[in-house]
Amino acid sequence: MTPDAPQRPWTAIVHEWTVTVDHKKLAIMYIAFGLGFFLVGGVEAAILRAQLAQHSGTLIDPDTFNQLFTMHGTTMVFLVGMPILLGFGNYLIPLMVGARDMAFPRLNAFGLWLFVFGALLLYYSYVGAEGLYGESAAPDVGWFAYAPLTSRTFSPGNSTDYWILGIMVSGFGSITTAVNLVATILCMRCPGMTLLRMPLMCWMMLVVAALVLVAVPVLTAAQAMLLLDRFLGAHFFDTQGGGSAILWQHVFWFFGHPEVYILVLPAFGFLNEIIPVFSRKVIFGYALMVAATLAIAFIALAVWAHHMFVVGLSPELNSFFAAMTFLVAVPTGIKIFTWLGTMAGGRLRFATPMLFAAAFIGLFTFGGLTGVMLAVVPFDWQLSDSYFVVGHFHFVLFGGTVFGIFAAIFYWFPKVTGKMLDERLGRWFFWLLFAGMFVTFFPMHISGILGMPRRIYSYQPGRGLELWNLITSSGVLLQAVALITFLWNVIKSLGSGVPAGDNPWNAWTLEWSTSSPPPEWNFDRIPRVSSARPLWDAVHPDDPDSAYEEGA
Amino acid sequence: MSGAASTHLPVPNESAWRPTRGAVGMLCLIAAESCIFLTFVVAYLFYIGKSAHGPQPRETLELPMVIVNSVALISSSFTVVAGVRALEHGRFAAMKGWLALTIALGAWFVVGTFSEWGKLMDEHGLFIGTNLFGTTFYALVGLHLLHVIVGLVLLSGVLACAMRGRVAATHAHAVDMISWYWHFVDGVWIIVFTTVYVVGRASP
Ligand SMILES: [Cu+2]
Repeated sequence: MTPDAPQRPWTAIVHEWTVTVDHKKLAIMYIAFGLGFFLVGGVEAAILRAQLAQHSGTLIDPDTFNQLFTMHGTTMVFLVGMPILLGFGNYLIPLMVGARDMAFPRLNAFGLWLFVFGALLLYYSYVGAEGLYGESAAPDVGWFAYAPLTSRTFSPGNSTDYWILGIMVSGFGSITTAVNLVATILCMRCPGMTLLRMPLMCWMMLVVAALVLVAVPVLTAAQAMLLLDRFLGAHFFDTQGGGSAILWQHVFWFFGHPEVYILVLPAFGFLNEIIPVFSRKVIFGYALMVAATLAIAFIALAVWAHHMFVVGLSPELNSFFAAMTFLVAVPTGIKIFTWLGTMAGGRLRFATPMLFAAAFIGLFTFGGLTGVMLAVVPFDWQLSDSYFVVGHFHFVLFGGTVFGIFAAIFYWFPKVTGKMLDERLGRWFFWLLFAGMFVTFFPMHISGILGMPRRIYSYQPGRGLELWNLITSSGVLLQAVALITFLWNVIKSLGSGVPAGDNPWNAWTLEWSTSSPPPEWNFDRIPRVSSARPLWDAVHPDDPDSAYEEGA
Repeated sequence: MSGAASTHLPVPNESAWRPTRGAVGMLCLIAAESCIFLTFVVAYLFYIGKSAHGPQPRETLELPMVIVNSVALISSSFTVVAGVRALEHGRFAAMKGWLALTIALGAWFVVGTFSEWGKLMDEHGLFIGTNLFGTTFYALVGLHLLHVIVGLVLLSGVLACAMRGRVAATHAHAVDMISWYWHFVDGVWIIVFTTVYVVGRASP
């Protein structure tokens, strides 16, 4: 990604990337960092699935299994989803609002390096931490780290402390990035760029940043309490000393549920950019989309206890949280119909970004519907902590977030690198990943209904679980092959990809008005806009969008 | 095609509301910090009256001393505003005076809190691990104290720069942002005080 100046020594290049405050370079590092950990988390999952491919597996022992699912979940949420999505925000928001950089460039660099340091802390546990089973113990308390398992009594040594500190530090990183995104969107927009003329992606990132500012500090606070418990003998979550294990669940899921929307709203943002361009239509219902996003954000703050139905809260509380969860499906459904409405009657072109976007709609809807099923309290009592739940959230986070991320990578790769990704390999990648994800995650619903609990390292024969687990595990191979085609595509296209030009997709937002890759200062002249689609206006001065704006 | 987005069309009225990025950034930070404090406040309220043994709030917390401390902290919000005003008008000597007074009042609060803690430990044997009251009390008040200390470090930095003549009237906005943080720390104290000393002492 540094094509120029081969005569420079590599140390100079490393130095340049280390001290950079350019939002584009930082974003590339965010995304590369996240993709790197995507492979790490993927390998962890592959080992888990190899263990479970057959009954009575003996590949790894139970404590290694516990460490691997903890690290897999923690990695995918905090070191893959967050940095990649915030990285796209970092790259695109200044370009989309016509600014030369983020509001606080140095804070931006600080945020990235906090993420890196948090990741180092978490993974250092493999080298330096002592756990229940002696040295070199990664955290093994699960990604939501329920009390009292995390107390000194049940989690001696320091592996849990590395989990706490790693997430805390990367959490500070996401908070600084959120501050930066809000300030950039509110203060750095170019002349004429009113809030309602911003690309919808900017609205999504604004709401995501707000959710980060509300949700992540709550996790930070809970982790601080846990540290006080573990090091100073406080009793917040210490059931022996009168503390409440349920309080941790409340506080964790107050963060945890909005976190799901933090991971999926940016992907909504990608779709909002990609679907209109590949349908050759204006987005259907811009204001509706903004309103639905705000509604999702508010409702998402009051649904957390749907993760706690098996705790035995009062029926009134259970009913409230079930109802709120049903309610959040309404604005989400509005979004689905907004995308379908945009595609309806459009001149659809299914290039790779659009393939991923279209698949997202279907897979996310499926994951959303199983989510609504789990919001039915008695249904959840039956299937809570089963593979049905694992299947559900992988449809949302893999079929949703990961597919959204790959849609975005194929769509904006030409802007970032100046080279197109190969379409043929892209199609292979899409279909392999689509098949792989279906083969992996769909059978989980069935094994869950048949009674397979999540987080078990082994299961007995003769309970009807062998076939479904074998299918699930074999899907991993498809995904691995898919990812190899993707990596090959990236390497090949960086070397000999077709030059992209400024605007290869014939899109309408400001990032496509500058060169590919953009110069360090983004725009030679700060743009002025008079509608939500400035590049349409530039090409069609006789029929500009601004003529159709309300009040025009 | 660089810069081609600038069309020849008239640009309709720009949005008039365009806050400074410093203000937005500080307000976002304050929002995030508020959520951290709220979590600790909720934990305090959740555990009120649930300490099975050991000292209870009503027997141990004494109002006179903490009220004096609170008055010192709250009045420092006014002195820091006076300092920012003086800087805006280029009255540097006055600014340094107001800043020094602000720091002194904040330091008074820190010392006062530590002496209160010393008394609680010596006379009542209340430590963070004693019971749930000790856990939630020291955590919440300590979290706030940490923020007071961070604010004092920031203000002392400004004062040190001012002493060397490095602070100009053009820095007024930056110093004003620090004063916003200081107001936040003071405002949070009102909530912490109400939670710990009013609600906490009132319950059986
Ligand atoms: Cu949830």
